[in-house]
Amino acid sequence: MSVLSLIIQREFISKVRNKSFIIMTFLSPLIFVAVALLITYLSTLRTEVKTIAIHDETGWFYNQFEPDETYRYVDVSAVPKSVLLDSVQSKIYDGILFIPKMENVKDYEKSVEYISEDSPNSGFISHLERTLSQKFTAINRVQNHIDTLALSKSVVDVNLNLHKASGEETIKGLNEIKVFIGGAFGYLIMMFIIIYGNMVMRSVIEEKTNRIIEVIVSSVKPKQLMLGKIIGTTLAGILQFLIWSVLGVVLLTGISYFFGINPLETQASTLNSMSIEGDYNIQLYVKEILSLPLFSLFFYFLIYFIGGYFLYSSLYAAIGAAVDNETDTQQFMFPVIMPLMLGVYIGFFTVIHEPHGTVATVFSMIPFTSPIVMLMRIPFGVPFYQILLSILILITTFMGIVWFASKIYRIGILMYGKKPTWKELIKWMKY
Amino acid sequence: MSYILEVRNVVKHYADKTALNNVSLAIPKGSIFGLLGPNGAGKTSLIRIINQITYPDSGEVLLDGEPLQPKHVQHIGYMPEERGLYKTMKVGEQALYLAQLKGLSKQEAKRQLDYWFQKLEITSWWDKKIHELSKGMAQKIQFVVTVLHKPKLLIFDEPFSGFDPVNANLIKDEILELKEKGSTIIFSTHRMESVEEMCDHIALIHKSNKLIDGKLIDVKRQFRTNQYQIGVKTNQADALIQKLRDYQFFPTFAEFKSLDEDLKLNVNIPDQDINRLFQLVFPYGQITHFVENIPSINDIFIQTVSHK
Repeated sequence: MSVLSLIIQREFISKVRNKSFIIMTFLSPLIFVAVALLITYLSTLRTEVKTIAIHDETGWFYNQFEPDETYRYVDVSAVPKSVLLDSVQSKIYDGILFIPKMENVKDYEKSVEYISEDSPNSGFISHLERTLSQKFTAINRVQNHIDTLALSKSVVDVNLNLHKASGEETIKGLNEIKVFIGGAFGYLIMMFIIIYGNMVMRSVIEEKTNRIIEVIVSSVKPKQLMLGKIIGTTLAGILQFLIWSVLGVVLLTGISYFFGINPLETQASTLNSMSIEGDYNIQLYVKEILSLPLFSLFFYFLIYFIGGYFLYSSLYAAIGAAVDNETDTQQFMFPVIMPLMLGVYIGFFTVIHEPHGTVATVFSMIPFTSPIVMLMRIPFGVPFYQILLSILILITTFMGIVWFASKIYRIGILMYGKKPTWKELIKWMKY
Repeated sequence: MSYILEVRNVVKHYADKTALNNVSLAIPKGSIFGLLGPNGAGKTSLIRIINQITYPDSGEVLLDGEPLQPKHVQHIGYMPEERGLYKTMKVGEQALYLAQLKGLSKQEAKRQLDYWFQKLEITSWWDKKIHELSKGMAQKIQFVVTVLHKPKLLIFDEPFSGFDPVNANLIKDEILELKEKGSTIIFSTHRMESVEEMCDHIALIHKSNKLIDGKLIDVKRQFRTNQYQIGVKTNQADALIQKLRDYQFFPTFAEFKSLDEDLKLNVNIPDQDINRLFQLVFPYGQITHFVENIPSINDIFIQTVSHK
């Protein structure tokens, strides 16, 4: 058996047998499902109903406020204002809407008061403001003899029809879906890099603190050891991901049946209850998603996943080699995590607005962000030469970084008791 | 004489310091070679080059007449100064793994392991993890994984640090047995007295330079002081000392252990004329002790360094 496969095997087995790995693998889906259930449960809980008193001296607003799940309205126009203030303080009412009697309708713009002890929800306030404004406007129009009917008839409401140049119909919100699909892949890559890159780093540090490293490198090349570690850890990671997916599906299905909710049915009934126009939109969405290059998207995902993961995990391995213990890794972690974060943010904020803009294009070329940004761009249709260029840059950088990392690794694993700086790492290159 | 290992004009620089400055060595087959020198002299740098962990800036290393190549790692067994094992891996499994990394097949590795575990009476440790074993026990395992693949050349860096005296002796005996079977052994240590008795060849390294090397006995002859210790049972001590002074033996008081209450002196006998000394001493009493002051490696080292 070749030395590399021996190392991969050992790394894989030692990871998979590790107690915390086993616990993480089987506990995480449980925790995930439990949290999901908890959120569902909490959202079904009724929120506390608030009682709002309305002191209306105009008499125009009787029954104008519709009660809903959260707010209930009580007419207290007969009660004097001073008494009402006490009742708010003693929490009988959550708030009072105080509408005084004014000479001119226009004066109501500044004279209506809302009094409450806690700071009111801004959504609720704008709801109140909207209702008041509508009513006062209507009254104002009547008083000034404006034809309300003619006014509302004269309104023109434009709704853009979206087409592609090919004449196909398209729909709003599709960009969001595309970014979501690409983003999910990009996010997955980021999570994988952070979780398993750290694992590679810890395993390097472990060999250093165990002091077995010199025994090993007297038998194998440090580069082989590093690659073996990365590949072994990756395989363990993929296994963990597979177990998570299978367990997740099984658990979710099991729980749905247990509680008598069928997620598919729920969805179907929601769809049925939608209007015909909605139905048509759903069909369009499905059509658009199916017309996305799903196969090539998945293919590129694999390429960027492998390229990006190896790029970063060699950096993690180098960091592990450079330090003596995990607490010393902090200073090196930031420059590694930052481009990952940058990639995700650029993806979500820039690609969605301008998938082929300069910023998005540049960052989909830079190898430290390309695995994330390019994957988000691909659903929007990226010219093949750009993808090719980006992959070439990624692979070239990847090889450079592996070379760089294995140099640091080779020197670092035999250095004890030093807390190196970036400057020193560069100096190691000359050894 | 054929050499298992030849180091020719090896130079190694780190960023701001020189670790090895044009060092050459030849290690005869079947010898126990002491690579001696204080901490930081360059011993470990040299050993790492021999193990192909690092590479020399210039110069070459030959193993059995061939320039070092990756395949040679299986002919070398190395127990580094910074040594350890996987804490959470079972003893047997990691010994198998390390042996396979040295190129042994799984079956062969298993056979060798059974042999060594039985020899050292540690078979019951197979399924234990290292962190369940004491430090001394772990060192035994470390020794086994070093010698398991029957290397032609064994390198021990500070071999006896961490061993208790009983285990240190056990390991010494095993090393001597390996030598009998044809292995060549290199000891690297800054505690020169610890391996002096076992080595037949030595090299002294100081501040990146090799100062002395050769057969231990030749080195010692070269540094011979012609000084002897003599013990005499006499009641005319002063007269004897005066006499020895008169005859240019330069007596000084000496310290050595003896059961008699005798006069203990160091004397210089430059031209090996021992009999003349004895004739002088006989009339004064009985000679109870007479031995040459052989310089220790440590003495030689200090003398060489201070002459530089």
